[in-house]
Amino acid sequence: MSWLTRVRNALPFSNKRETPDNLWVKCPRCHDMLFSKEYEANLYVCPRCEYHGRIGADARLGQLLDEGFELLPAPQVREDPLKFRDTKRYSDRLKAARAANPHNDAFTAAFGRIEGLPAVVGVQDFGFMAGSMGMAVGDAFCAAAAKALQERCAYVVVTAAGGARMQEGILSLMQMPKATVMTRRLKEAGLPYIVVLSDPTTGGVTASYAMLGDVHIAEPGALIGFAGQRVIQDTIRAQLPEGFQRAEYLHKHGMVDMVVNRHQLRATLANLIDYLAPAEAAA
Amino acid sequence: MISYLDFEKPVAELEARIAELRAASEGGDVDLSSELAKLERKSADLLTTTYAALTPWQKTQVARHPSRPHFRDYVAMAFEEFVPLGGDRYFGDDQAIMGGLARLNGRKVMLIGHEKGNDTESRLRHNFGMGKPEGYRKAIRLMEMAGRFGLPVVTLVDTSGAFPGVEAEERGQAEAIARSTEACLALRVPMVSAIVGEGGSGGAVALASAERVLMFEHAVYSVISPEGCASILWRTAEKAPQAAEAMKMTAQDLVQLGVIDRIVPEPTGGAHRDPQAAAVALGGAISEELDALSQKTPQELLRLREERFLTMGAEG
Repeated sequence: MSWLTRVRNALPFSNKRETPDNLWVKCPRCHDMLFSKEYEANLYVCPRCEYHGRIGADARLGQLLDEGFELLPAPQVREDPLKFRDTKRYSDRLKAARAANPHNDAFTAAFGRIEGLPAVVGVQDFGFMAGSMGMAVGDAFCAAAAKALQERCAYVVVTAAGGARMQEGILSLMQMPKATVMTRRLKEAGLPYIVVLSDPTTGGVTASYAMLGDVHIAEPGALIGFAGQRVIQDTIRAQLPEGFQRAEYLHKHGMVDMVVNRHQLRATLANLIDYLAPAEAAA
Repeated sequence: MISYLDFEKPVAELEARIAELRAASEGGDVDLSSELAKLERKSADLLTTTYAALTPWQKTQVARHPSRPHFRDYVAMAFEEFVPLGGDRYFGDDQAIMGGLARLNGRKVMLIGHEKGNDTESRLRHNFGMGKPEGYRKAIRLMEMAGRFGLPVVTLVDTSGAFPGVEAEERGQAEAIARSTEACLALRVPMVSAIVGEGGSGGAVALASAERVLMFEHAVYSVISPEGCASILWRTAEKAPQAAEAMKMTAQDLVQLGVIDRIVPEPTGGAHRDPQAAAVALGGAISEELDALSQKTPQELLRLREERFLTMGAEG
């Protein structure tokens, strides 16, 4: 262990937690005070206003998969390929994000079962640098797809991202065609690819693997779109329509198949997989 | 009348002086020819040295130059024939993304690209090269057609990005871009893309997911505009020059990163100074790439394209 790691681990911010263990949390939408334990037990959905809170990879995997799933190893990618620096170094931003998150980057995948049916589930975590898509996210997405191809099972991806990771420049953009190579392979192999769009899913993630599913499920109220609302407002110089780019709006415009409450998500996925996935070979 | 960029001021001054002298020598009896020749050499040298050392931000300005040739100019100057095909068959015909059957040095191809327009009227008609979903869906239609009829696909990429508007979102801008990228990757015919001006984000990659990607010497290709990157990461668009530097968006940077395969040289002072020469260089480079791909089987082309993106950025 280097001296730096030692010092860092001794500092209080290095406690890797997905949710703060404050006793009370305030619902960001209705501002109601919620008892943390109840909020967690309610799958991070506000019991009063149905606000679907943003959740990390571990919580999501735990909610969707049966017990005993296997986390897929995080792929090794070249870090900070551009030696990018804005007001901070990208390498420092990565360090800070890792200190605050149990995972190495914004995409975590696992192989397991959903109500008994085999599936690979990939989860994008908005809490890690806004879920942004860089090489680590692209590689993890592809490795998880490869696992589904190998196991001949469904691939479920829960998206959440501000977009591409600017600090990786063009290489982040190149993750769009890269991920699409794998969604095409799933299609050719006859394996279902199901996308769960969670809040928020925007930019290059929406414009690639998030919109290429056989079935698109959105969580209630999730912001989903290509361009950011401020950019659109600056372009058109007019008020945006009510509910613009929200899950229900996309449903109305035919971009998602269904808007599903988090409490029904697991059962909905299991049912879809049952319809679409190839029958399991008898053991 | 050429419009000069900020950093071209010294060149502009010299060229203005040359014009003055030329006017004077035509009217008067004084022989200024040796003086003129000297100044012209000086001006040409200055242009060469200026353009040899452009910063990424300066290249961005060159790539966006109002007189830079666009899709229709290249069609007229580098292709023998163009039969425009229009419409996505669902909604409309987007003028920001054009396409059709074309002949390039005798070879029949499907040609698709962004058109920005070159005056107020045409810029509005082409929506400044910012494609809408129906534009990307037209591109998909034409790519699928090219695949069925065995025509290689050539794309000319020149967009600041896909159009950010309410109707575009309503009609599924993200889905259209994703499907267009998918259509590139599904092609069983050769595909060559050239970034001829701005390669702006998803709106560009949707037409550039090819096995061979060329780029003009002063073109730029990036995940977000330098202004956009600066306003997010530096919280002010004024840091765009720094953002342009940090993002590695020039042809010279991208060939090193393995994101593009070949740089097409531009005439001295940029493509806008000699559009004809630029078009000839572009047409020649695309032809050579198509020649090299013509021996490959459909399966080889598909794998070549897939591997290109699966391994991109892995080493450097």
